[in-house]
Amino acid sequence: MKAILALEDGKVFEGRGFGAVGESSGEVVFNTSMMGYQEILTDPSYNGQIVVMTYPLIGNYGLNEEDFESRAPFVKGFVVKEHSTFPSNWRSQFNLDEFLKQYNIVGIEDIDTRSLTLHLRNYGAKKGVISSVDPDKNRLVQKAKDSPSIVGKDLVSEITASAEFRWEGKTQVKPEGTFKVIAYDFGIKHNILKKLCSYGCEVTVVPAFTPAEDIIFRKPDGIFLSNGPGDPEAVSYAIKTVRRMIGLRPIFGICLGHQILALALGAKTFKLKFGHHGANHPVKNLITGKIEITSQNHGFAVEEGSLKSAGLVLTHLNLNDNTVEGMRHEDYPLFSVQYHPEASPGPHDSDYLFERFVELMVKGK
Amino acid sequence: MPKRTDIKKILIIGSGPIVIGQACEFDYSGTQACKVLKEEGYEVVLVNNNPATIMTDPELAFRTYIEPLTLPILEKIIEKERPQALLPTLGGQTGLNLATSLADSGILDQYGVELIGAPLKSIKLSEQRELFKKAMTQIGLEVPRSGIVKSIDEAKILARRLGYPLVIRPSFTLGGSGGGIAYNLEELKRIVMMGLDLSPVKTILIEESVIGWKEYELEVMRDKKDNVVIICSIENLDPMGIHTGDSITVAPAQTLTDKEYQRMRDAAIKIIRQIGVETGGSNIQFAINPDSGRLLVIEMNPRVSRSSALASKATGFPIAKIAAKLAVGYNLDEIPNDITKKTPACFEPALDYVVVKIPRFTFDKFPEASTVLSTQMKSVGEAMAIGRNFKEALQKGLRSLEAGYSGLTDSTETKDKTIEEIRKRLIVPDRERVIYLKKGFELGISVDEAYHLTKIDKWFLSQIKEIVDLEKELKEYKKESFDLFEKGYKKTRLEIPSGLLQKAKKFGFSDKQLSSLLGLDEDLIRRKRKSSGIVPVFKTVDTCAGEFESYTPYFYSTYEEEDEGRYSEKKKIIILGTGPNRIGQGIEFDYASVHACMAFKDEEFETIMVNCNPETVSTDYDTPDRLYFEPITKEDVLNIIEKEKPFGVAVQFGGQTPLKLALDLEKAGVNIIGTSPENIDLAEDRKKFGRLVEKLGIPQPPNRFIIHSEKAKISATQLGYPVLIRPSYVLGGQAMQIVYDENSLDAYIKKAKEVSPEHPILMDKFIEDAIEVEVDAVSDGEETFIGGIMEHIEEAGIHSGDSSCVLPPYSLSEEEIQKIEEYTRVISKELKTIGLLNIQYAIKNEQVYLLEVNPRASRTVPFVSKSIGIPLAKLAAKVMVGRKLKEFLPQKLPRINHVSVKVPVFPFIKFSEVDFLLSPQMKSTGESMGIDKDLGKAFAKAYIGPSQFSGLPKTGTVFISVKNKDKRGVVFLAKRLESLGFRIVATSGTARVLTNSGIKVEQIYKVKEGRPNIVDRLKNKEIDLVINTPSDGTSHIDSFSIRRSAIEYNIPCITTLSGAQAAINAIEGLLKEELEVKALQEYF
Ligand SMILES: Nc1ncnc2c1ncn2[C@@H]1O[C@H](COP(=O)(O)OP(=O)(O)O)[C@@H](O)[C@H]1O
Ligand SMILES: Nc1ncnc2c1ncn2[C@@H]1O[C@H](COP(=O)(O)OP(=O)(O)O)[C@@H](O)[C@H]1O
Ligand SMILES: [Mg+2]
Ligand SMILES: [Mg+2]
Repeated sequence: MKAILALEDGKVFEGRGFGAVGESSGEVVFNTSMMGYQEILTDPSYNGQIVVMTYPLIGNYGLNEEDFESRAPFVKGFVVKEHSTFPSNWRSQFNLDEFLKQYNIVGIEDIDTRSLTLHLRNYGAKKGVISSVDPDKNRLVQKAKDSPSIVGKDLVSEITASAEFRWEGKTQVKPEGTFKVIAYDFGIKHNILKKLCSYGCEVTVVPAFTPAEDIIFRKPDGIFLSNGPGDPEAVSYAIKTVRRMIGLRPIFGICLGHQILALALGAKTFKLKFGHHGANHPVKNLITGKIEITSQNHGFAVEEGSLKSAGLVLTHLNLNDNTVEGMRHEDYPLFSVQYHPEASPGPHDSDYLFERFVELMVKGK
Repeated sequence: MPKRTDIKKILIIGSGPIVIGQACEFDYSGTQACKVLKEEGYEVVLVNNNPATIMTDPELAFRTYIEPLTLPILEKIIEKERPQALLPTLGGQTGLNLATSLADSGILDQYGVELIGAPLKSIKLSEQRELFKKAMTQIGLEVPRSGIVKSIDEAKILARRLGYPLVIRPSFTLGGSGGGIAYNLEELKRIVMMGLDLSPVKTILIEESVIGWKEYELEVMRDKKDNVVIICSIENLDPMGIHTGDSITVAPAQTLTDKEYQRMRDAAIKIIRQIGVETGGSNIQFAINPDSGRLLVIEMNPRVSRSSALASKATGFPIAKIAAKLAVGYNLDEIPNDITKKTPACFEPALDYVVVKIPRFTFDKFPEASTVLSTQMKSVGEAMAIGRNFKEALQKGLRSLEAGYSGLTDSTETKDKTIEEIRKRLIVPDRERVIYLKKGFELGISVDEAYHLTKIDKWFLSQIKEIVDLEKELKEYKKESFDLFEKGYKKTRLEIPSGLLQKAKKFGFSDKQLSSLLGLDEDLIRRKRKSSGIVPVFKTVDTCAGEFESYTPYFYSTYEEEDEGRYSEKKKIIILGTGPNRIGQGIEFDYASVHACMAFKDEEFETIMVNCNPETVSTDYDTPDRLYFEPITKEDVLNIIEKEKPFGVAVQFGGQTPLKLALDLEKAGVNIIGTSPENIDLAEDRKKFGRLVEKLGIPQPPNRFIIHSEKAKISATQLGYPVLIRPSYVLGGQAMQIVYDENSLDAYIKKAKEVSPEHPILMDKFIEDAIEVEVDAVSDGEETFIGGIMEHIEEAGIHSGDSSCVLPPYSLSEEEIQKIEEYTRVISKELKTIGLLNIQYAIKNEQVYLLEVNPRASRTVPFVSKSIGIPLAKLAAKVMVGRKLKEFLPQKLPRINHVSVKVPVFPFIKFSEVDFLLSPQMKSTGESMGIDKDLGKAFAKAYIGPSQFSGLPKTGTVFISVKNKDKRGVVFLAKRLESLGFRIVATSGTARVLTNSGIKVEQIYKVKEGRPNIVDRLKNKEIDLVINTPSDGTSHIDSFSIRRSAIEYNIPCITTLSGAQAAINAIEGLLKEELEVKALQEYF
């Protein structure tokens, strides 16, 4: 079955469709992780995006029930060089094609994904359409142009939990006891919740639009701001909420949570050319001088120049392009990172940040 | 931290001669390290006795010692040079072991030399398996259960606890020899007995077997600040039980989820910390249970390795270079990534292609050797291929091997096999296993069954099956055209749809493969393909999957849309490399290719290298201006030529592989620079060339061309036995044999299967007891410069690659030398040679016979270049682009006042079934060089080189047993040995002759005569030197066990009288005066 990927700038790739038959639009971004496609597919931060895997062979080890990062896949489309029809791994339960079909995600393969990647690198992330139903290239380019931009769009409200819930994972009891953590769900990954549990947290997940008052009054030991999709400025309600909680309880933010925290404190964010999506980004911890190899997935970043006036201190720096990867407040018990210490997929080098959060909560108790 | 300033001089120990398991990858790593340390302003003192290495080029180090790799010699060098530091992690196991010994013996402390990179404690922790296992358990990692035993009884008890099969590893044997896998009690007894016998400490490690588990490797780097990164993951297609060096391996890992991979990554980081490797690269091996994911640690190498060379080429991340920088104090974030320039080296490369490495075996040289693969490495080289999918990379890799496959094809062995035979061959891992798999799928074996038989992961199996399925589809187009033809239709050919052709190319099918599948001419396929627009594009290896712009032009081909070539308009030269290492064509040819590259650069050409051997310096992206990691076949090379449009292509540096392409390339309109393809062909075609030589009046051994097997006998009688027979157009003396009588001739002809005008057999009069001489020369078309005349120590009949040789000649007369020079010039002129020329002569009764002419670089080019201080390959490259010899050479060449000796190194230790016999078939894998002021000392030095020999003894007992023909000659030698103070023991026949001549001899039993016999004495290390000449070059059970024991117990063993004579001269030299060291820089 033929399929086409068309970009808003007129660039078109012809390939073969797999997964669901249909048409889907989104911002096209590439991810350089060589493993972990299941985690990527099910990472809610990809809501609104079509993901291109730069590693050419995807689906080799199948998918399984354990490695979901959320309840379902959220990508708007999936682009690979070659998908495997014969997955092999002792944990494998489904193959990629079936999986995408089941969740109605349109995939395209057998296109020059490297060429596409270089195009996105050179010209920036682009709006695009994958279609296995419309063979007209010009029309598809037009559809790509007409599709909504993710800038300024609130992609969080579409995916955040509809009601609060208690995370069922088993909490590891620490010598300091356990910690009550409220996690704001902007598109939270399961592994963050699992990690928090393993560090002694009892986590209650709340919808993104939960007002600050509801939380403050419950006196949690800590507040966690999760990762999530899209433009942080578009989630204005969350920024307001966070602003009211600053200084009251220890706060830890990851990815979108980090950006929202920055905005809440008065710092600024901007859109990166093609974002950071991968599992090999070197980040320097400016306090210890040590390098962490990190998992990343973001299209926006915090402006370094805006930190100081917001009372923020740069703690982590991306060594590839010198962008802000982490910050803490000069006075308040809060810190955040742009990247993903929970990994999944990716290296575990930054696990210590969860410990840091626990330390803050111990102090705050 | 910036680099250290308290260190000025750094000692690097190389890995010595090429042996199985330790090949030119250590030249690659050593060369990188030397370059980088020099750039950083350090003085490098380099010791390596392998002359065929780039690292021993005098420009690369402050001082280059081509000296034996022994403690006393190293101590002398340290005493003389006073380095502040020793970097032990770049010279393979040899370098690491020597560094450990230097530390243990207190020499390092005495001279205040610091070990940088890996501290002694870490080396020991990782090298001693018991300590390593303990260390792993301490950090909560699992290792295969095991125990140490000292007797068969202990082994039996342990076996009951661990269960069969069992992996047995004797402690402290060379190259893991004597180990193996036992499936039952009987095998256990046998292997344990042998292992205990071989182990100097009489202990062996018995380990739970995890045969059939998935095998992985991670390449890890760490800096002083404890930053750790993983450069590459490698998945072995062949599961545990087959040495990684003999496995097909794939990068990155293909069948692990992120969870499993990260668990392995975490383990690797913990391990490198626990072992305490401070800086640099390490290789860690893991096994994973395919049913449960249980992870075991197998071993760690705290140094750069074969796998790290592979990882460097696979990712574009130069591990050795970075390791050297880390060792002198830099941290990973302070070193830029060469390829992206903007990002730091502190990251983990992301690949957007698949890399497949396939081992190259040379069992054809050792027909007696078992081809079954196990835990001891047997391959001599490897090819690496890059593709955008596994199928493409696998097929490219197979054709890169130059082993008769144009992709995943049948082999001569699998062609007619039945499914039953295939099944049997799949169960026991053998060197051609993927080829058998292919045949198996073709015959209907399912993926599940194949998994059951091989334990190769089903993902790989299904990929292989996809290739087979497509092949089936392709074949349809041959069949149908044939049917139509049968029916008498005009149109005989059913056109293959271009979509299918495109798909076949994406699956890595070569034109040649398609040609045989479709029954069409290869050139026709190429034309058709091009007219349908199906041409490859070139993509970049950039370490980052396209995320950042890259500046290093390192390319591979694939069938996709965008070409990233950015081809320049400069004048360029393509240098064709040598492909995978094999016996007869190894590192020497890479050396020549690299030198050619440097010289063409000097002459302001853009240099383009094509090669597929990941172990080499030539495939370092620093070497040429542009690197193509591609198979060296007509199709692949033409693809590059069509894009690059070079001024010329150089085929004479990479050995026979590129030379064979010369005519085809010229036919395709390519400018071959240097000696013309016609003349190359003339020299290579023994028949045409024979006629030419006759015309020139140069004596050659009388010869005949046999095109009908019935004629063989008559010809042999005419020439007179013994005769030398061989098929035409081969390198390394393939299937060459000396035949002494009619019976053996019959046998040979029968084995040759086909004798025809297309496949003639050449028969030469074998010149007995002749001196062999080898010449390397360079010609610019007018003048011929004779670089060196090397006299062989062993007589003609022992392949030039397997003979020791001496430069300058030591026994030739002035007239003989003049004749050799004259003939060389005449031939050079006649062939209109431009570039290199190698000629072999045999001399008997003052008559000089021409044996062979090679219009190309030779194995001895580096040896000669280093002996005379003139880089021949560079000269050759320069004259190939129009320069003249007289521009570079002084009017009168300086007289050389030293002697250089080259001694070959053999892989017999790895093949327990194979006898130590020298013949016209080349068997050596490498060589060592000795330089000194006289022959005796130079030979003594060179003879220490071969790692299986500890060098010649100065006192002790010599065992002599020679064939009848040599009995007279040996008397004189025995007398000299006696007068030098050696005790002599001999078996009855030899003993009688010696006693009769008044020599004091102790007679000892042959193996079957009683005990203690000679083999017992060898095992007890009561013999220090063996002189044993086998009769007729054939193996005899009794003398076989003598030579075998000598090899296994590391006792020098000499198998020719001429060799023995040289050895005795050398011993004399050793006794007179201690060996001194002198750097190359002091010679010239
Ligand atoms: N316990 C084991 N069971 C099965 N195979 C093993 C076991 N240990 C090692 N091997 C196999 O033997 C090979 C060589 O062993 P290794 O420990 O790596 O030694 P070397 O130093 O020769 O590389 C490995 O590559 C692996 O395939
Ligand atoms: N006619 C001959 N008489 C004696 N020895 C010979 C003769 N021809 C070849 N040899 C021996 O065989 C070896 C290999 O032969 P050569 O022609 O050089 O083949 P290759 O192509 O393998 O180098 C030579 O090095 C030499 O020792
Ligand atoms: Mg190993
Ligand atoms: Mg020869």
